[in-house]
Amino acid sequence: MTIVNTETIPGKTVVEVKGLVQGNTVRAKNIGRDIAAGFKNMVGGELKGYTELLTESRREAMSRMIAQAEALGANAVVNVRFSTSAITSGASEMMAYGTAVVAE
Amino acid sequence: MKAMDAESASVAVMLLFYVGLPALVLFVGWFVGYLSETRHERSLAECEEALRDVETTDMRNPPGFAVAEGPCMLVSGEAVVASDTFKSWVFGLKNIVGGESKFFTRLFERARREALLRMKKRARELGCNAVCNVRFDSADIGGNASGMKKKGSNMAVALVSGTAWRRPVVA
Repeated sequence: MTIVNTETIPGKTVVEVKGLVQGNTVRAKNIGRDIAAGFKNMVGGELKGYTELLTESRREAMSRMIAQAEALGANAVVNVRFSTSAITSGASEMMAYGTAVVAE
Repeated sequence: MKAMDAESASVAVMLLFYVGLPALVLFVGWFVGYLSETRHERSLAECEEALRDVETTDMRNPPGFAVAEGPCMLVSGEAVVASDTFKSWVFGLKNIVGGESKFFTRLFERARREALLRMKKRARELGCNAVCNVRFDSADIGGNASGMKKKGSNMAVALVSGTAWRRPVVA
């Protein structure tokens, strides 16, 4: 499965468009991370727990998107975009969407 | 006379508690925040130097991309950097008079550079030497699990994604 955020894949041509696929995930930070972040907010510096959370949710959203693309019989997803939204404080949604295509 | 002494002592304790303690927190925040900011910027500069050969562009179709060979993969990077008490306090003051907040501009720049670096690192791990169609994003993960947004909890969130590819090296 080739995942790119450009419209074309180098060295390949898109022969069939299978349609839009998307995957999303809502993740809450746990209380331990919040407490650690609270302390970090006093002295500054990177919030590793939150960075990890974003990486994880991005992976999760992408793997769901890939699963959809596989179900459609595609072998690549092009023009992938990410979008985030805050649901309530303490939880955020990560969404990945793209176009499932067959490329040769 | 004794009553006066007790009163002035309690005033001193109150002063210490309401002025001394926040001042101490602000000072510690400023000091540690300054140290970590300087260290972070130094490490950013070093890593940027090391990853200089990974060419990044936000062009969708950079020259040579259409016919390139080798691995091609979506890569991303994220970073969340917290502000410290001092910066948040200064920003609170700045909010009254308006204008640019240099501290927070720097904070966001750090987060963005860090995210960009992580993306470049992942591209390098995949054996690529260029990233095209780079997009910057942001996310709101403010607040905490108990549902209340704490006063002064400011953070810069940076998300970057792009397509890593192998750029033919011009001899």
